[in-house]
Amino acid sequence: MPSTIALTVTRYRPEGESEPTFQTYEVPFRKDWVILDALNHVKDNLDGSLSFRWSCRMGVCGSCGMKVNGTPKLTCATFLSDYLPGPIRVEPLDYFPVVRDLVVDLTDFMRKLKKVKPWIIRNEEKPLSEGEYLQTPDQVDTYKQFSMCINCMLCYSACPIYGLEPSFIGPAAIALAQRYNMDSRDEGATERLKILSEHDGLWQCTFVGECTKVCPKHVDPAGAIQQYKLTAATHWIKSLLLPWGTR
Amino acid sequence: MMRRITPLLWLMFSAGGTVAALLFPVHLFLTGLAFPLGWLDAPSYESLHRLLMHPVTRLYLFVLVSLPLFHWAHRFRYTLYDGLQLKHLTELIAVLCYGAAVLGTAMTAYLLWTIP
Amino acid sequence: MSTEPHYTLYHPRWYRRRVSVWWWLQNRSYTAFVLRELTSVFVAFFALVYLWQLRALVHGPEAYAQFLARLKTPRVLALDTVAFLFVLFHAITWFNLTPKAMVVRLRGKRVPDWVIVGLNYAAWLVLSGVVAFVLLRGR
Repeated sequence: MPSTIALTVTRYRPEGESEPTFQTYEVPFRKDWVILDALNHVKDNLDGSLSFRWSCRMGVCGSCGMKVNGTPKLTCATFLSDYLPGPIRVEPLDYFPVVRDLVVDLTDFMRKLKKVKPWIIRNEEKPLSEGEYLQTPDQVDTYKQFSMCINCMLCYSACPIYGLEPSFIGPAAIALAQRYNMDSRDEGATERLKILSEHDGLWQCTFVGECTKVCPKHVDPAGAIQQYKLTAATHWIKSLLLPWGTR
Repeated sequence: MMRRITPLLWLMFSAGGTVAALLFPVHLFLTGLAFPLGWLDAPSYESLHRLLMHPVTRLYLFVLVSLPLFHWAHRFRYTLYDGLQLKHLTELIAVLCYGAAVLGTAMTAYLLWTIP
Repeated sequence: MSTEPHYTLYHPRWYRRRVSVWWWLQNRSYTAFVLRELTSVFVAFFALVYLWQLRALVHGPEAYAQFLARLKTPRVLALDTVAFLFVLFHAITWFNLTPKAMVVRLRGKRVPDWVIVGLNYAAWLVLSGVVAFVLLRGR
């Protein structure tokens, strides 16, 4: 076991540079350290100017997503020991504007998440006197997987379509829409379908499948999108054959 | 207009892909490899002609040729758009791809209709 | 936030990397994806071969014999071999991805993916057998 490992990190200081550069740091190698530990070691002991996002350090907040040796990963869940002997290249997530060093701008992602109306839509709200909504475990099972998303944006960083077509609404947003569509309490499927059938909605997806590969929570956004395509297509056929029947 | 029929194009892509996946391997193996290389005897003209007399065969052949062409059109259009980043030519590419598929389908339909 | 952000969406100092036209060579998954998409070209190629065969059959026995002879030339054979490999690649990737789009629920529980994939392969075998039988019957 070596005692140190090299970390090659992207640096981008907009006040002085017009392009990102790389800087290498030699950090202690510990068997139980993750990339985030190494980055924090750099910031605490070697170079306080390094900027990066992190929060829970246990894989539930979605803040620490970065590219490690070219693959989008949660740095709090990626062990240094998997990358021996190094050096390990740490870069900001692809396809998002880089604000500084390893920090990217999230505005586009946030805007897209909101666009799909990620809340229970009811034609008429149930009054309190009628009590709670009831759901069987099977009903929960239909959408549970898609509800596990932690908004870490690794899927957007892996999706080449999002890179080529920045207006593409993206895997997490569509999976989130599907999560609500499949919820038995929700009645907003038609409304969401209108939004997602637009030009930069779900039809841009060509099922590359990278989003599912990198998702740390096994949400399977690619599966959600393909299921949604089938639903949208069947809905289209129904609206063609029975124009008065669709709600 | 393209947007309104996107679901239809995707359905035809899926149908064509399924037809191609289920039926093309055996057809290609026989017609493209086994018969020319002599591993198996190619069917005679008379037997194929007899088969073609059945309307079921004609329907089968129509589906076998036309749906995969639409599968190609849809998939290839997106491959050019994304792979080569030809965004500025998107309408031209769409017209050429789907147009070619329509042409192939029309030719198939014409041949199958006018078999003596 | 209930309204659009108040700061500009495109800050001039943010760094935006342009996606290279060789993006699909940068990683094995992307390259495999593009190869998978290119199988459609060989699918179209074989559809045209069958269209050609149909035309030959309509024109009579000599045309059909000519068609069979053309298939034996080494260039066409080589092309057919490559096409066959690509069509196989298409079939295998297609069957493996089908359960992602088609989720079947029986009595509330989702049918496992391997069942859907297995059914696809089974259908493939059965249909291939039927086609081979029909084509090899009249020689």
